[in-house]
Amino acid sequence: MNALLHGRLTGLLALGAVIAVLPAFLPNNFYLDIAILAGFNAVVCVGLNLLIGYAGQISLGHAGFFGIGAYASGVLVGVYGWPPVLALLAGAVFVGLLAFLVAKPILRLKGHYLAMATLGIGIIVSIVLRTESGLTGGPDGMMVEPFRIFGVELYGEKVWYWVVGVLLVGVVWLSLNLIDSPMGRALRAVHGSEVAAEVVGVDTARFKVLVFVLSAVFASVAGSLFAHYTGLITPAKADFFKSIELVTMVVFGGMASTFGAVVGAVVLTLLPQALTVFQDYQQIVLGGILMATMVFMPKGLLPTLAALLPARRRA
Amino acid sequence: MFAELLQYLLSGLTIGAIYALAGLGFSIIYNASHVINFAQGEFIMIGGMAAATLTASGVPLPLAILIGCGGAMLVGVLVAKFAVERARNASTVTLIIITIGASIFLRGVAELVWGKDFKRLDAFSGETPIQVLGASMQPQSLWVVGTAGVLIVAIGLFFAKTLTGKAILATSHNRLAAQLVGIDVKRVVLASFALSAALGAIGGAVVAPITFSYTEMGIMLGLKGFTAAVLGGLGHGPGAVAGGLIVGIAEALGAGYISSAYKDAVAFVIILAVLLFMPNGLFGKRGTERV
Repeated sequence: MNALLHGRLTGLLALGAVIAVLPAFLPNNFYLDIAILAGFNAVVCVGLNLLIGYAGQISLGHAGFFGIGAYASGVLVGVYGWPPVLALLAGAVFVGLLAFLVAKPILRLKGHYLAMATLGIGIIVSIVLRTESGLTGGPDGMMVEPFRIFGVELYGEKVWYWVVGVLLVGVVWLSLNLIDSPMGRALRAVHGSEVAAEVVGVDTARFKVLVFVLSAVFASVAGSLFAHYTGLITPAKADFFKSIELVTMVVFGGMASTFGAVVGAVVLTLLPQALTVFQDYQQIVLGGILMATMVFMPKGLLPTLAALLPARRRA
Repeated sequence: MFAELLQYLLSGLTIGAIYALAGLGFSIIYNASHVINFAQGEFIMIGGMAAATLTASGVPLPLAILIGCGGAMLVGVLVAKFAVERARNASTVTLIIITIGASIFLRGVAELVWGKDFKRLDAFSGETPIQVLGASMQPQSLWVVGTAGVLIVAIGLFFAKTLTGKAILATSHNRLAAQLVGIDVKRVVLASFALSAALGAIGGAVVAPITFSYTEMGIMLGLKGFTAAVLGGLGHGPGAVAGGLIVGIAEALGAGYISSAYKDAVAFVIILAVLLFMPNGLFGKRGTERV
């Protein structure tokens, strides 16, 4: 736990090791599928954690970016016959530009106003996806072609597991490096006190915009690959509840902790599967768990657990 | 041409009145506790569901509304006491997740108690449309607008004239100072939740004959209420009311003249446009940050 939080390389190695040995413990493709979904969520959450945990900004619209990526792949490959890699990049560039355009004015806003603005963007995206049924298939969603690269088709849970695993390690590595870079320190300063950071010469707006764009692009890439993996996407993947789910994963796992975001994504992807035994009580249990975690562990799961191990930290 | 416009304005005013009530609820809670209560829409749902199901089983309408209102207030107080107050010092994001958790929880309970299907509530005084200068209006719209108007005036008087109202205002200006002059700020937070819940539940009951009631009816109504509150400047009561009416009317005009499919997007397009130019909403004070 200690290593997970403090040693950059150790943490990364531990994550890689877990990903490498995990398939040996998963009895069949059903579990592999859940692991893959958790991986996609984790990729988005690591990016979102940069924004929430380090830049101290909340986004209630990140599923919108995930959805744009997913539908860019679905539409460009399926309708216009683009190569999947090109479609993925096009989606990411578009989301990056969109995030950049909206970021500058919006990241000036504070607290609840920013939550409102990102919430608005997310809802508008999901309404557009639902309405433009000529391209997107409307509320029922659309089928997505499989992912092909250099003539090879990525197919089956076993292949996709490694694709997502490598992507996650890459994203975590990028995120850890970013946090330890001068920019990461600037970000933490922004979170601590924006005014103080500005006074000592940190260009706070620039950093916030950068992180917002980066986290949006992570979401878009995850969305593209997710669409190819499942072969079917619906506007529900871009709506308000998906955005809330993503934020919840980050906060549940532990804000300002990259591995916390991964843990949060994994736990909350598993939770609904586990909660199916509660049937009609599923929503009650989910809502109850959300409230209880936030009331009793406001810092999130991983930092709270880490704080229980003071002896090892001193060692 | 004019009749068409009037028609849109009337329906916009009706739904805008509900957004205004929801927005006012957001503002009251925000003022007392600096919490954005994402469960506000669930108060509306409780009011609507209670009125529809209780009248269906023979309870007279006024009593049904009263029971729904009391139930929502109790729920509001419980959420405030056991979730929000306990996380007093948590960050903004944490508090938002708590209220979102509460809203999921309440929807789950509502589904268990009332089921998932749509419930019908008869209009309070018949369904014969009233003709106004060529536009036609459901009598229920008058109930909605009238009730909202009375409630808004009552809330205004409550804050201006009563001791509890003034205590809530004092707490919103400065929690510590309010505490020092002997105001029980914890009770103020509870009172603000109860008040917002009552506003939401009554709003839900009067709008139910128009929208039907179902367990998810509060989601969009709540989000639009939040939009109304932010549009008017968060924590600014009259602003929230104005915001609600603006959102409602713009939505009706958008649905009528542009596209009904994009009706729900109108509110969010407006709020984005306004926030770009007026980061504190239409009437909000420009905040200065203390270092």
